[in-house]
Amino acid sequence: MTIARPYPRLTPENAFFWGSGKDGVLRFQRCGGCGHFLHPPSPRCPQCLGADIAIVPVSGRATVLARTVNQHQWHPAFPPPYLIALVEIEEAPYVRLTTRIVNCAPDEVAIGMRVRVVFEAQGPAWLPLFEPDRG
Amino acid sequence: MMDKFESKSRITGIGLSQVGRRLGLNPVGLAIDACLAALGDAGLTRNDIDGLACHMGPVSSDGYSGAGVIDVEEVLRIHPKWFVSGHEMAGHSGPILQAALAIAAGLCRHVLIFRSTWESTSQARMREGQDAAPVAPWVEGDHQWRLPFGAFSAANWIALYADRHFHQYGTTREQLGAIALNARANAALNPYAVYRDPLTMDDYLSARMISTPLGLYDCDVPCDGAVAMVLSAADAARDTRRPNPIRIEAVGGQTSERWSWDQGTIDHEPLMKGAASSMWSRTDLKPSDVDMAQLYDGFTFNCLSWLETLGFCPMGEGGRFVEGGASIALDGELPLNTHGGQLSAGRLQGYSFLHEACIQLWGEAGERQVPRGPQVAVISTGGGAPGGAMLLTQG
Repeated sequence: MTIARPYPRLTPENAFFWGSGKDGVLRFQRCGGCGHFLHPPSPRCPQCLGADIAIVPVSGRATVLARTVNQHQWHPAFPPPYLIALVEIEEAPYVRLTTRIVNCAPDEVAIGMRVRVVFEAQGPAWLPLFEPDRG
Repeated sequence: MMDKFESKSRITGIGLSQVGRRLGLNPVGLAIDACLAALGDAGLTRNDIDGLACHMGPVSSDGYSGAGVIDVEEVLRIHPKWFVSGHEMAGHSGPILQAALAIAAGLCRHVLIFRSTWESTSQARMREGQDAAPVAPWVEGDHQWRLPFGAFSAANWIALYADRHFHQYGTTREQLGAIALNARANAALNPYAVYRDPLTMDDYLSARMISTPLGLYDCDVPCDGAVAMVLSAADAARDTRRPNPIRIEAVGGQTSERWSWDQGTIDHEPLMKGAASSMWSRTDLKPSDVDMAQLYDGFTFNCLSWLETLGFCPMGEGGRFVEGGASIALDGELPLNTHGGQLSAGRLQGYSFLHEACIQLWGEAGERQVPRGPQVAVISTGGGAPGGAMLLTQG
């Protein structure tokens, strides 16, 4: 029996985020009142407590804040090694994603490296992975 | 200092069950063993106890929790006037803060606090196919932001903090290794420690990598076991056999950062700074008054981050503080994790630090006794997950 990779359970609150990659665009919630980006999704803005929350596209560009090469097999569908990174979103560096950096060797990934989003379908979700932004 | 709730309680007994790998024992039974040991240590019986508290809750199939309040009450039939359990608290030690509040409020006189775990047996049962591993096709809640990407373990999440620390402050693997080696050297003197064989820096550096920069010996050891303690009202402590019950000087558990593994801080583990600063705000004591530190070491980096956030060295200087191991050795300026920590003694989910601090303050630590009669101990639990800090003093 093949065990699939786990995917996020979709809810009314998170479906926009996990479905966003369908058209290749990364999106986050943003407060209509003060412009603060919210992540993970929230019913109100923690900055101004506004409830006027919109879903907005971002460029998909990000910067690597930290990275680790995972070398242990935690799950049958995730053979090591692979590169896990914490990236800061360009439009709002306080918004971070834990993700994987793909399309390069793990040891090529450095702190400060510029990356761009590339989506991968996993179950019903589109996972925002990142690749080196060579452009 | 203010008339504070901490001063209304005393630790009057501490108990430990059998501790080990794959014991194959009922984890509620382990909790009961620890509870009975703590009662015996305090010279009390179950009839004296009127409060129950524990971290987490009912037995969980992943082994993380080995007993909840109801599990223990079903056996001990204490009929507590007050009880609490849970996870959304000030670290693993949060139930002690809660119990001290309940005692100060006059709700109870003697509270039995416990924590049981059976991760080693649980994991073995899953590996051997006796229990189905919990591989649901989907994940939810906070896990959805990491597990689908292959970041399954706290080893991955904490490796990111360690990577950043290495980058920002020049911290090295050898410096993290000093924490692992110190733990093993102390564990060699601890009869209940899971791993007691000598560990060299070569062993540490050549062990298999888990998630860079964390290798095998940066990670703690799943085990089975339970710890319990009796917290008594100060004026009820005279009913116990302890002439010198331990005082709680200050507790800290403020949440000053986001409860998140990846949003918010990156130069130290989240939820440590608030615990540390709120603890220091409740005492006139300073880090220089502390005689020993029993700091949560689920990973070596946790411990380093606690040393910095508690103020034993400036932020970023933790690596240099522990380098070579002399400062944190049993006879060093700040003896650290004198039982071997979770890294070598076994992962008793934060409670071995409390147990060890009490044993040391009572001068009952045998071969591993900190010299010169330690008077003040600092304890920390968690970090990343909720964090808690506590100062204990010799009665």
